[in-house]
Amino acid sequence: MIQPPETQPRAVERGERAADAPADTAGSLLSTGSGADASATIREIRAVRRTVRRRRLVLTVVLGLLVVGLFLARALLGDYRISFVDGIRMISGTTIPGASFIFMESTLPRACMAVLAGAAFASAGAAFQSMLRNPLASPDVLGINLGASAAAVFAVVLLGWSGMPVTLVAFAGAVAVAVTIHAFAGRGGAATGRMILVGVGLAAVLSSVVHWLLLRADIYRAQDALVWLTGSLGTVTWGEIARLGAVVLVGLPLLTVVTRQLGVLSLGDDLATGLGVRAHRLRLVITAIVVLLTASATAVCGPIAFVGFLSGPIARRLTHGRTSIPTAALVGAAMVLAADYVSAYAVPGTAFPVGVVTGLAGAPVLVWLLVAGRRSIAEKG
Amino acid sequence: MTLRAELEPGMPSAQPAAPAHLSGKVGRGGRLPVAVIVAAGLATVVAAAALSLLLGTQSLPPSQILGALTGGTVSDQVSGIVDSRIDRTLIGLVVGAAVGICGVVLQGLTRNPLAEPGILGINAGAALAVVVGIKLFALSTVGGYVWFALLGACLSAVVVQLLALLAPVRAQPVTMALAGAAVMATSTSVVGAILVSDQGALDVFRFWQVGSVAGRDAGIILDVAPFLVVGFVLCLASGSLLNTVALGDDLARGLGQRVILHRLAAAAGAILLAASATALAGPITFVGLVVPHVVRAIVGPDHRRILLGSLFAGPALVVVADTIGRLVAAPSEVQAGIVCAVVGAPFLVALVRRMNVA
Repeated sequence: MIQPPETQPRAVERGERAADAPADTAGSLLSTGSGADASATIREIRAVRRTVRRRRLVLTVVLGLLVVGLFLARALLGDYRISFVDGIRMISGTTIPGASFIFMESTLPRACMAVLAGAAFASAGAAFQSMLRNPLASPDVLGINLGASAAAVFAVVLLGWSGMPVTLVAFAGAVAVAVTIHAFAGRGGAATGRMILVGVGLAAVLSSVVHWLLLRADIYRAQDALVWLTGSLGTVTWGEIARLGAVVLVGLPLLTVVTRQLGVLSLGDDLATGLGVRAHRLRLVITAIVVLLTASATAVCGPIAFVGFLSGPIARRLTHGRTSIPTAALVGAAMVLAADYVSAYAVPGTAFPVGVVTGLAGAPVLVWLLVAGRRSIAEKG
Repeated sequence: MTLRAELEPGMPSAQPAAPAHLSGKVGRGGRLPVAVIVAAGLATVVAAAALSLLLGTQSLPPSQILGALTGGTVSDQVSGIVDSRIDRTLIGLVVGAAVGICGVVLQGLTRNPLAEPGILGINAGAALAVVVGIKLFALSTVGGYVWFALLGACLSAVVVQLLALLAPVRAQPVTMALAGAAVMATSTSVVGAILVSDQGALDVFRFWQVGSVAGRDAGIILDVAPFLVVGFVLCLASGSLLNTVALGDDLARGLGQRVILHRLAAAAGAILLAASATALAGPITFVGLVVPHVVRAIVGPDHRRILLGSLFAGPALVVVADTIGRLVAAPSEVQAGIVCAVVGAPFLVALVRRMNVA
């Protein structure tokens, strides 16, 4: 039924993984053959590995520079321009009348939050897509974001809560959805497919619940809830940034390390177990980190459309088919930064929530991925 | 069960063209005679409609309701309540039939057991068009939404279909779901952009968004009747096409079907039905998903029977959901669309657990 259409990237990934195999293993395997052949092969393997490593380094640097550039643009440029030096002075404590308020209370926190939220959504999405080996399986499609949304809207609309309790409730909602998906999907080879289907179903129900809650709310609250539901960086505080920053600082490196083992998992659970990877526990750990990242980011700025869904595939294309959590995180951060800049200044006088822009811009990218995927399949076959 | 067979339509057990099967004999797998399907279906629908007329937020004695139905003298209040119940029951019946049949055709054509107007982005397109209508033309009546919903649903369905055609045949179900997701995200964004800055429009739109058969005059059915009729005819005639498509396009072509043409006709019919239903009741999710699977489990894998059964099961489900929605939250109401989603979710989970998704 649902199969990943990325036949080509996976094939490439397999090829590169072979190239990544430790050279000494290759050497010992080949040492029985003629010496000249073996050393030529080893040289070739080393060359390929070097190319891959260099390409990855260049890509990371380029993406990193892009994120830094967008960050500076978001924090310093805009309706009110601030020079780089002034920015540094304000961060170190100097107060500049007028500029300080805009910079310290609006553009800088928004830029920080854009980086954190983008990285959180993107790394969580890429990890899930890679774990479930399906481009559909990002947390937003599986309803984990919506679990957080529904719970938060429930708390805001029906219970009248605000602030920290809402964050906790949103987190509980995301966890509840993840646990439900896990529990109902069961184990075994078909678990992934079932997980996606249960998730899609849950997402539909939760969005119904959200619609109903919006109907029950008074119109002012409904509008507040809608802004948040669309995904907005408009109201971030430094406290929220610190909390999400802590989660990302812990979660992102952890996820990067843990997802390295996913390659073994792609051989199938039995073989992976034979090779010493505890498949079920690995999935559980990844799911826990993904839920933590998604829920924390959603609780602060709402579900920002498409970031988790698209960063992974874009990163895969940039890395020629490898799953790389840091690359995806950089892509996500750049995406949200750019979208927030556009949403704030594209239409003079109106500030849209950032989710409006990611949703609008994400769709053509998705179409491009579909078309590009088709071309590569056509080339192969 | 037959579910596995449906997922892998190439399997022998899914061959609906088996002669014994077509002769209508009662056999394994609950292959009921057509007469039994029609009789049981009609009985279910009548029972559901009766419940819908008798029960509601205001409890009325059955004698008064019967009096109002048969034209006897009753108070204005009672006749008003009964009239509104008749309207919503009629709309529920029509919407249920349209969505149920649409689900069968979409699932059959895409060979995707999850194909459904919601997932394919049809509802989202309709919602976007309705919001645009509310914003630009200050619509506030259901009759005014109809044309916008119809236009939006058709446009988004065509876009999704075109995008799906970009993919190789093998990958089309996934591509279609992804394209549906793309259309959904785009229209949700635009809807958000419009509503965030316009409280009035939000206040009107949020009542449409939940999917309800209440508060509408049954006369609006006549507005969309031409679309409904064409849609029903195209879809109900597509049974044998769906049976051959289940064997794969190549085999269907080999059996002499003009696959492309027939596919287009059936898809057009399904889109018309989905669009009309959304125009009448707003986005109603899960009915198009649940009904085909339930009916298939009862009547077997022949799509002609599934279509026939869904013609009864869809209306019954929507009308019962609407009735439940009136009772659980009295004196307020839970809209039929919400009830369908909440009832449909456990069903989907059960369905998924029984499937052997590879």
